[in-house]
Amino acid sequence: MNELIRLLSYMIGLAAFLGLNLAYLGWVERKGAGHIQRRTGPKEVGPYGLLQPLADGLKLMSKQLIIPANADRALYMCAPILVMVPAVLLFVAIPFGEHLVPREFNFSLIMMFAFASMGGMSILIGGWGSGNKYSLIAATRAVSQNVAYEIPMLITAINIVLITGSMDLNEIVRQQGGYIWNWNVFRLDKSLLMPVSFLVFFICTLAETNRTPFDMGECEGELIAGYHTEYGGMGFGLFMMAEYANLVIGCSLTTVLFLGGWQCPLGLFPGPHWFLIKMYFLIWSFVWIRWTFPRTTFWALLNLSWKYLIPFSLVNLLLTALFIKVF
Amino acid sequence: MSGYFKDIITGLKSLAVGLQITNKEFLTKPITLQYPHVAVKMTPRYRGHIELLKDPETGMNSCICCGMCEKGCPSGCITVKSEKRPGVKGKVLTAYILNFTTCSLCGQCVDNCKPGAIGFSNEYNLASTRREDYIYDLLQKLHPEGVPEPEVDPELLKKELEKQEAAKKAAAAKKEPAQKAPAKEGGESKAEEKS
Repeated sequence: MNELIRLLSYMIGLAAFLGLNLAYLGWVERKGAGHIQRRTGPKEVGPYGLLQPLADGLKLMSKQLIIPANADRALYMCAPILVMVPAVLLFVAIPFGEHLVPREFNFSLIMMFAFASMGGMSILIGGWGSGNKYSLIAATRAVSQNVAYEIPMLITAINIVLITGSMDLNEIVRQQGGYIWNWNVFRLDKSLLMPVSFLVFFICTLAETNRTPFDMGECEGELIAGYHTEYGGMGFGLFMMAEYANLVIGCSLTTVLFLGGWQCPLGLFPGPHWFLIKMYFLIWSFVWIRWTFPRTTFWALLNLSWKYLIPFSLVNLLLTALFIKVF
Repeated sequence: MSGYFKDIITGLKSLAVGLQITNKEFLTKPITLQYPHVAVKMTPRYRGHIELLKDPETGMNSCICCGMCEKGCPSGCITVKSEKRPGVKGKVLTAYILNFTTCSLCGQCVDNCKPGAIGFSNEYNLASTRREDYIYDLLQKLHPEGVPEPEVDPELLKKELEKQEAAKKAAAAKKEPAQKAPAKEGGESKAEEKS
């Protein structure tokens, strides 16, 4: 009975956390985009435009759902749901605090990667089911990009597993100390290339979440809106929200693996707020990057993965193995 | 192989420069003008629709009602209405109507105006849903609180009255010979025909 109450409260809490984040990350992004381009961003609806997400949601919900004639009905309908499912599900394993984990289990890292790759598949389903060439091109691009970037990401994650000897996300955080030099980014005693591997992981997260320098799945300029071209109303809204959910998960994972999760930088005021601070800092850097860099070409994107990120992560893996064996 | 690492380093450097630039822009104040709440200040040489200019000395317009703007207007959108008033030098402008629906903003009227009584206004908030809103009386626009009466010069008024008296007398004197005149004139013309 106690367990049931605990699970229920986590479900409600996560739904609230997720809903709030999905709504307001859009606001943060628009504000960030505005200020970076020296505009103001949303400001009319509510103070500082804070009610804008509500207005957007109402608008999306009031729209008519139109299914294109060429679309594969079943796939078209289930793609937005499928894209949302893994995004919500992945929050199960994220340790927000030492005792603030919905479900702590041994293979949470593997589980994260397994379900995260489901997101790529639902993008393919959405692109295929739309019966639109633009959507299909975007979907294939997105999938080949996701495949290419999953490799260095996984290799880098293996580094962490080697160092900590655990696949439990909370255990990984626990092993990083309460000081900034104990975080995995700066653990030069385990491998000299740890900062580089953080960079590799960061770039891969950018690519996995389909954010702008790598937004081959969307590329407004070339493919209209990419895989969600044919979606209107809340179908589009779900794709949009899944993108932000993936963003939150990617940043949470980076925080857990490299930035010490809920550990505090100098042993001051420990608590889950440190996790949130780090995560939101990463999210902000994603927004910052999105509005700074233009989109790469597709071949440059694959080149970056196969020629730079994969060799670097492999070398790093070897180095880590060597360090662990020697010291 | 050396080019490989060089590429990475220069690439990362350029990315960092880009991020610095956007960060700087992020921290500077937005230049957006909240238009309906704050109006744009127009440059003084903006060519809007024409307006009557206020003479800074008299506080009135300096239109002499010659009608050159009206005649020069290629779209015929200007109507100048004027009248003669006792005791005032020249004609007095009673209405200067600009039909902005047909105006092409060519500025011929401004060029034609000898005394420089009209110029281009800075007004740009001209949206409306009714056609009647575009028929401006520029005199009313110049004096929105009410058109002031022109100053009456007492000496001129006196002179004018005297002139009128004189003219009346002259007209009365002319009337008598004028009644006889037609017959005489008719005779003359006949004589001319004969010769």
